[in-house]
Amino acid sequence: MARKAALSKTDTQLFARYTPLPGVPDELADASGAMRAGWGPLIAHLSGLSRAGVAAAFARGDQHLADAGVFFRKYGEAEVSARDWPFSPVPVILPQSDWSEIEAGLIQRAEVMEAVVADLYGPNRLVTEGHLPASLIAQNPEWLRPMVGVVPQSGHFLHFLAFEIGRGPDGRWWVLADRTDAPSGAGFALENRVAAGKVFPDLIGKSNVHRLAGFFRSFRDALDRLRQSPTARVGILTPGPLTDTYYEQAYIARYLGLSLLEGEDLTVEDGQLRIRTVQGLAPVDVLWRRMDGLWADPLELREDSALGTPGLMSAVRQGHVTMVNALGAGILETQALMAFLPAISLHLTGQRLRLPNVATWWCGSEAELAHVRRHAGRMMIGQAMSTRLPFETNAPHAIGGQLRGIEGVSLDGWLVAHGAGLMAKELVTLSTTPVYDDGALVPRPMSLRVFLARTPQGWQVMPGGFARVGRSNDTTAISMRNGGSVADVWVVADGKVEAETMLAPPTAAFVRAQPGPLPSRAADNLFWLGRYVERTEGLLRLIRAYNSRVGEAAEPLLTIIRNRLKIYDIDVAEAVPRGVRDTLGSAVYSASQISDRFSVDGWSALKDMEKSMARIAAHATPGNDAAHVMSVMLRKVAGFSGLIHDNMYRAEGWQFLTIGRSLERAAMITDLLAAVCAPKAPEGGLDLAIEVGDSIMVHRQRYAVITSRASVIDLLGLDERNPRSLRFHLDVIRARVADLSTLRPPGEMTEFERMVLQLQTSITLHSVQTLDTAALLATHSAILDLSPALNAAYMH
Amino acid sequence: MIYDIKLRISYDYAHLAAVGRHVACILPRDLGAGQRLIAGLLDITPRPSERVDRVDFFGNRLSEFGFRNPHLGLALTMTARIDRNDLPPQMADSVALADLPRAIAGLADLGPDSALHYLSPSVRVPPDPAMTAFARAHLTAGMTVAEAVLALNGALYRHMTFDAKATHVDTPASEAFAKRHGVCQDFSHILITCLRGIGIPAGYVSGFLRTLPPPGKPRLEGADAMHAWVRAWCGPRLGWIEVDPTNNKLAGLDHIVVARGRDYSDVAPIKGVMRGSGRQKSRQAVDVVPVAG
Repeated sequence: MARKAALSKTDTQLFARYTPLPGVPDELADASGAMRAGWGPLIAHLSGLSRAGVAAAFARGDQHLADAGVFFRKYGEAEVSARDWPFSPVPVILPQSDWSEIEAGLIQRAEVMEAVVADLYGPNRLVTEGHLPASLIAQNPEWLRPMVGVVPQSGHFLHFLAFEIGRGPDGRWWVLADRTDAPSGAGFALENRVAAGKVFPDLIGKSNVHRLAGFFRSFRDALDRLRQSPTARVGILTPGPLTDTYYEQAYIARYLGLSLLEGEDLTVEDGQLRIRTVQGLAPVDVLWRRMDGLWADPLELREDSALGTPGLMSAVRQGHVTMVNALGAGILETQALMAFLPAISLHLTGQRLRLPNVATWWCGSEAELAHVRRHAGRMMIGQAMSTRLPFETNAPHAIGGQLRGIEGVSLDGWLVAHGAGLMAKELVTLSTTPVYDDGALVPRPMSLRVFLARTPQGWQVMPGGFARVGRSNDTTAISMRNGGSVADVWVVADGKVEAETMLAPPTAAFVRAQPGPLPSRAADNLFWLGRYVERTEGLLRLIRAYNSRVGEAAEPLLTIIRNRLKIYDIDVAEAVPRGVRDTLGSAVYSASQISDRFSVDGWSALKDMEKSMARIAAHATPGNDAAHVMSVMLRKVAGFSGLIHDNMYRAEGWQFLTIGRSLERAAMITDLLAAVCAPKAPEGGLDLAIEVGDSIMVHRQRYAVITSRASVIDLLGLDERNPRSLRFHLDVIRARVADLSTLRPPGEMTEFERMVLQLQTSITLHSVQTLDTAALLATHSAILDLSPALNAAYMH
Repeated sequence: MIYDIKLRISYDYAHLAAVGRHVACILPRDLGAGQRLIAGLLDITPRPSERVDRVDFFGNRLSEFGFRNPHLGLALTMTARIDRNDLPPQMADSVALADLPRAIAGLADLGPDSALHYLSPSVRVPPDPAMTAFARAHLTAGMTVAEAVLALNGALYRHMTFDAKATHVDTPASEAFAKRHGVCQDFSHILITCLRGIGIPAGYVSGFLRTLPPPGKPRLEGADAMHAWVRAWCGPRLGWIEVDPTNNKLAGLDHIVVARGRDYSDVAPIKGVMRGSGRQKSRQAVDVVPVAG
């Protein structure tokens, strides 16, 4: 056949067997059944591979995503779980001609959106002149009253947008949804591209596919230009690790070299926004906001928000910070707004929307309500002020005439009762794109997410994005609600494209990247991670010692152990006490707060430890069995500590982790020494200390078999070469604190540093005679006092 | 009537707070002929590291302030002189309850006094079927909006008992309504919920009451702390009226307006966030004294 003349038969066998759905536009095959422009090299490549070859290629993509730790979190009823990123390796390919139309349409839409939002927070002419119903704004939770009258410092409300688009039955592109508040997904687009590059090495280069790096470079430059001071930083404002796209935020922050900041990382001073770092407060002028506006400031927006920064709105009002996008931009996501946008575009710009949005009706006016009541069977109907499509919410909605989520009322009755609160959208169908399934290509519905960034030269569109691909061949847009997969989008240029990358050219002089200042919150979490892991280990050792003695040793010795454990709410009647599991749980929590600073292996080791402990707890019995499982757990803790010690980059974060660990170990050993070396301490206490201090072998080598008060105080208290001794850990703390002295001006020693120096010096000067019970108790309390002092010194 | 007003609010912390940031909304408003602000002053101790005074969306006077140094508490002292005049509303100007939806549909105004802000649920006033049913039960055919507002104001006064121990500042209105006990904040939120439930725009007013009654008149409930009452919109001609459900009266010469909003969370006297630990004790004292007629 002529249409396949350019390619040999084997090259196109996958295409020959591809059957698009009747009456539905397809991205691979056009209406006449011919292959669309741009797909040839990919189809030829895939057709040339055996099934095993395809499987191997796809596995490279999945492996990359797994290695990179790409996942997104899903909130289930019971628990939060991380899911693999559902990557479909076959890209969606679009020719330049289609893309140019999309670009022009979305840029125009972005300009209209900017004009609308500037009016809604400014003169409000659209409402007073009757282009928008006043109630749709006044009763809209996304219309943030504190923003009324605020003109953004940058002069614009919108800087980064995403649009969800789909191709309708007539082949034209439609806008399905506007994402204007805190659009997610740019990082996913980038990761998909990297994964697709692993699956199809060379093919992207050969196929004249537009690169994404240029878009990101322009956006990064644009963010830098929004700063008011050259020393200020640009950050991404994240709701934190529990948000479903946290991974993506951490990824894009690393890729663009931006600080990933939570609300608690920020503070406002005299209207200026600052990052709280271990080095003091650092200025930040620009925030790429990934947190919904309503949560950004508990003082002026949602008062129950624990995610926001008190005073942020004040900094915005005083013009000291640029938000990308401005707070309040979420009003543009209002579903019912689409009903008015076509007319608003004509009114404001004199031009029709080049890319129409899905036909939408607001049920607050009589004529429109009547229309919706007549045609409800062809529509999806939901809350007018929602920013989500009806089927994405739990609120009552109707699809194709079926009312859901509400009982005891007819669809028509519901429409009449709630008119102004509802909007209706035409049910649209989507085009299909091929996915690879068991040796064949099959058509699946898809929509595209396209990203736009404002640059000094105007809006720039990311040449690509990502496609959401449905699971079944149901092409109504709502089929997407059942999840599906995501695919890369290749925009194929008419001519050759330049290879671009965010990396510096190989000819440029090498510059070692300096890590930015460590946020105080991260330092605090690392410090406590060190403490909790070490505390877990110490508790495991005490519990093991208890269980191996119970029934044999005298009661006073057991009491000594029980008293140590009681401080941590540990009940030795349980084989694996709740208290030790809680301590490990606290370590896991601290680690989860800083997962972007943590290796994937370290995180897995910690989670593995938590799981093992829960499993063991279900079966273990007190006594010898408990002693045995404590040994198993101790090996796992040692594995985690080794991983950290071997792999962690020696920057400030490591210093805080190490200080936490040494502080905890020093405190625990000092407490035990004070108990077992007291004048009337029970027999067996010294051996207990040597065992819990993991120093039996060393003691035997150095002092023969018999323990004495002096030998134990020397080995566990004063010996600077024993990594289980008090002295050793005070030395470690002193050294790490010396490393941290670069964080403050020279000569201005902090109270914390003074306390460390004093304590370490005093232990250095002690002898086995002078380090008596009173001195040990005083030392123990001095060690515990270091924790709040460290907080005061670094946690600004 | 000219009043001298003094309000003192203090917080004592059990432990040092490292930093704190607050917004106070306690300076009375200047409302023109009905209430003129002759002078008003807010003093804050310890001296804040920063302070910005401004007006919010609803026209209320706010002071935002922050502390950067460790502190064991804070105290606010507000002194003001007010000239209050009674301008009784012309109740006959109210629209009929049946005509209210049309009056609202004709609004195309997003200014702070637009009735449109006061119809939909707000943070402290979620819709409540029980209160809506209570409201409906007190309506009679042919009522004007103003009559409905007064009827409900009286109904709540009869069904609710003023009780400072029954609720606290974060008790939901639904709980106070179920108990039929509460303070002015609860009375006001319940009345607002009732009014919005039957389609009447309603908002929250914070303010002061005259401390000692004129000779021979009873002392009003709520005079020893900041008070709260309700405003309701009765159509374009009459506009807003203010009623006090705790005392079953129209707000008049004895009521001094500090702030207006959709509910308490828009006008809370002091909002704040501090970094520190432990409990805090707060105290409030009010004096509203007439200086001249």
